[in-house]
Amino acid sequence: MSTAVPPQVGQPAVRKAQRKRGGPTQTTDRTKAERKLALMLCAPAVIAMLLVTVYPILYAVVLSVQKVDLRFPEESGFVGLDNYAAVLSSPLWWQDVFNTTLVTVISVVIELALGMALALVMHRALFARGLIRTSVLIPYGIVTVVAAFAWFFAFEPNSGFVNGLPFIADDKAWFGNRQDAFSVIILTEVWKTTPFMALLLLAGLATIDNGLYEAAKVDGASAWQRFWRITLPLLKPALLVATLFRTLDAFRVFDSIFVMTRGSQDTESVSILGYNQLISRLNLGLGSAVSVLIFIMVLLIAFVFVRGFGTAVPSQGDRK
Amino acid sequence: MQSREPRAYAGWWLALVAILVYALIPVVWLLSLSFKTPATVSDKKFLPQDVTLDNYTTLFEGGLDSPLLRPLINSVSIALIATVIAVTLASFTAYAIARLDFPGKTLILAGALAIAMFPQISVVGPLFDMWRALGLYDTYLGLIIPYLTFALPLAIYTLVAFFREIPWELEQAAQVDGATPWQAFRKVILPLATPGVFTAAILVFIFAWNDFLFAITLTSSDSARTVPAALAFFTGESQFTAPTGNIAAAAVLVTIPIIVFVLIFQRRIVAGLTAGAVKG
Repeated sequence: MSTAVPPQVGQPAVRKAQRKRGGPTQTTDRTKAERKLALMLCAPAVIAMLLVTVYPILYAVVLSVQKVDLRFPEESGFVGLDNYAAVLSSPLWWQDVFNTTLVTVISVVIELALGMALALVMHRALFARGLIRTSVLIPYGIVTVVAAFAWFFAFEPNSGFVNGLPFIADDKAWFGNRQDAFSVIILTEVWKTTPFMALLLLAGLATIDNGLYEAAKVDGASAWQRFWRITLPLLKPALLVATLFRTLDAFRVFDSIFVMTRGSQDTESVSILGYNQLISRLNLGLGSAVSVLIFIMVLLIAFVFVRGFGTAVPSQGDRK
Repeated sequence: MQSREPRAYAGWWLALVAILVYALIPVVWLLSLSFKTPATVSDKKFLPQDVTLDNYTTLFEGGLDSPLLRPLINSVSIALIATVIAVTLASFTAYAIARLDFPGKTLILAGALAIAMFPQISVVGPLFDMWRALGLYDTYLGLIIPYLTFALPLAIYTLVAFFREIPWELEQAAQVDGATPWQAFRKVILPLATPGVFTAAILVFIFAWNDFLFAITLTSSDSARTVPAALAFFTGESQFTAPTGNIAAAAVLVTIPIIVFVLIFQRRIVAGLTAGAVKG
């Protein structure tokens, strides 16, 4: 894949060392050549990423200040912030923001607890490590829509086995009321993404020096104390990164709600609202206002995490 | 090592069984549902009482016009093409980041990270409008472009982590020993880089295979609709029968390749998923 690269361009480490020692700086030509090559190598990926994210989001901003309804194309025109006013004054939008936040917070909290337990089991496993790792990867690998159908059919009264279990009413309509529908949606999210959380935490656990535990044991610390005083503080960076990733991912919740309720019983998320406006009602102006508002909320969440909790953004660019 | 008392072992067995049950229940349930006859679908039993293969055979009745064959071909082709392009572009970028000295490295990595967290619903509307104007709506390319883009961050991070571990001096050493640059690359660097490239490819493929949002918004017919989208639009044989059995059978068919993947490549998937997540 990197066939096009002649081998003689490399060796930045050597040159860096020279520069530090105040060595010769006549290598500028090679530095220039190296930079040019690097930019050429990065350009395709960077252009692709800009074209599919930055350009469309700017286009969404443009659409959001116009009336663009594909069902009534002749009525198009600039309307300023009217679309935003319409969205922000609609109770449906705020209800959906609340629903999305609810699903996000509850599922991320459960995933953290469950993922932590799973990571500890995998970390300390006495046997069958490979088997455990393989089985937790199954939920990760399964298509979200498939997982949603599996749990939907399990709970749905006409096809499910859940209502056949003891202590559960035979005719309980799980998707007939908000609370039960949300429970099943959250269950699906948690089932599918806990393994991802557990794997990130497991990688964090692997970086903790075992000697610390031995020392604490000698000093008489209980297992519980060792977990709270050693594991958790040292795991903080991994915990924050995993939580940030999962929070933003959970905030996009779409697939499982679409499959299970399509937003009925007051279970609509902001992504479902955006989809309904854009694709079902073909109202690109109003839908784009929703899109831009979701984008701003995601930016805010990321900002809060990075500033508020000091989440270390995993950037490998500065380590050599 | 922990104490090897029988009680500790019993605890681990319990944990192991709990994890297996957790991971496998929905899979076994779909499998069981896919073998149920229409008469027993609503019997509230976990395992089928009568076994039938009808749910599978009807999925492929009518060849290319069948409910599943076209979407299956679309899914495999689109995911494979997106994977090849994404991994190629990501390899270029990761090579530059891991090995060359240039300004903007951190910017590219931070940008990639931002895209990994990007709310995809925010670009669905504009892409829908742009693709209709460009003639990309309901085509393979219309899905390949967003898939490869949103998979690039994952591929770049995985590959940078792998490429940093490669001892590049070996290339020069081989040349000193008389190898041509091409030989040095092919016999020394390529074998060292292949596992990383392969890992990135698996992760990108799973990502593209999984997508639902773009698949339902940027397609309108079977000409480019992938399996997840097709599943959501399955209809029963008559308007009074729910397509439960068919959906379950189709779901089983798209889950099997993933389980096989996971079984064979679990080590690499774990290494790729966690690359760079904890070092920062």
